[in-house]
Amino acid sequence: MGKISENLNYPKISVVVKNMKSIAIIGSGIAGIEAASRLSKFGHKVYLIEKNSEIGGYVAQWDRLFPSQTEAKTVLNDLIKKLNNRAEVLTNVTVQHCEKKDRQFELVLTDNKHLVVDAILVTTGFDIFRAERKEEYGYGIYENVITSSDLEKMFAENNVVCKNGESPKRLAFVHCVGSRDEKVGNRHCSKVCCATAVKQACEIKELYPSCEVFNLYMDLRMFDRHFEDMYHEAQSKYHVNFIRGRLSEAGENKEHQVIIKTEDTLAGKPLKLTVDLLVLMTGMEPCYLQKTINSKLGLRSDTDGFLSTKNSFTENNLSNADGIFVAGTCTGPKTIPETLADSRAAAGLLNSYLMS
Amino acid sequence: MINFGYQRNESATLDLDTTHSELYKKLLDKEPSAATCISCGTCAATCSAGQFTDFNLRKIMLLCKRGDMQSFKPIINRCMVCGKCQLACPKGVNTRNIVLILNKYLHAGKISK
Repeated sequence: MGKISENLNYPKISVVVKNMKSIAIIGSGIAGIEAASRLSKFGHKVYLIEKNSEIGGYVAQWDRLFPSQTEAKTVLNDLIKKLNNRAEVLTNVTVQHCEKKDRQFELVLTDNKHLVVDAILVTTGFDIFRAERKEEYGYGIYENVITSSDLEKMFAENNVVCKNGESPKRLAFVHCVGSRDEKVGNRHCSKVCCATAVKQACEIKELYPSCEVFNLYMDLRMFDRHFEDMYHEAQSKYHVNFIRGRLSEAGENKEHQVIIKTEDTLAGKPLKLTVDLLVLMTGMEPCYLQKTINSKLGLRSDTDGFLSTKNSFTENNLSNADGIFVAGTCTGPKTIPETLADSRAAAGLLNSYLMS
Repeated sequence: MINFGYQRNESATLDLDTTHSELYKKLLDKEPSAATCISCGTCAATCSAGQFTDFNLRKIMLLCKRGDMQSFKPIINRCMVCGKCQLACPKGVNTRNIVLILNKYLHAGKISK
């Protein structure tokens, strides 16, 4: 299958080499990798710029993916394999300076390396909301309050336990932590946390069938294909308890269990629940470097902090600046398939731009 | 009246064809943030009055929107105006002001200027 798609979808390298153009891709998460892979196959020279020491972004830190429970590293390895070392990967650097000269951009990186490129693709992605900022939920204060990313690490290390080393008998997930919350400045829905919470709830039940699992949600957003099946399975197979209510606060008892207060909005009564482990479903925020990058490249963000696009329906891979393209979660929360599709679309558009 | 041995109950339906939420419209004029409530229940979760009485701001806001004032008239004054709900509300709704406005209207018969 790989062979067919390679032969059909891309022009022969020999044809395009004389028109070879160069692109700088900022951010090497899955959006950056996928675009790099496509653009280099079109025959262009690609620089993949990464602020960290490794490529792969947040997907590299995840264990399994909803709704199919595919291993994140399988997906990432497939993408890296497709890239096939064709891009020049520059790690531990960010853009220090950018100047436009005619149709080209001259970039200076933080290691003083100079690049001259014909176009820029911004795939700076997102950052995870820092749960400490929602102080009333006790992350960093109570030892058995963890985040969804912490839980992924525990799954990857096969070590899902409370602080005292015991397996949890009762566990709760709090949806919308740092999302849909004006008090922390994030009005937006992060889109992927509901599905992640249901996925993780099922995984906990798989691991500890006798553990009681509760999901505390405001609205369950099972919007995509197969998500509803996953929710159905969480109910029918795993008997996960879904409670519609948003946590007002968490506390701790002498045994270091977490006591949570919410309203069961469907029963219409205040509800108290003591759990051994509390998992906060932390949402997506714009990358912490986004503002800096915007000032260097002359880009604009919307009021939610994510990058503006020229037209959210028809030109969603174009930024406000000519020659600078955008893809992935830097323009708002997306699932992995959405990110990859967006990235491929941007690569196609970029190719047309470069050949014009 | 002839006693047939049974009685007819008032309808318990929220009949949106006949009820009109004038109070809610007035409330929105006075406190526009009321419109952004998403019924998440954070206010009711943290409410001290709600732990011991049937005061429930989420429910009150909803009933007000539906035009059913009589259901919450007896409980609206159980709020102690401590303001914890306002601290906890993720939408930044001015919950305290809403309680004060509703209280004034239901018990003094008017909404103050």
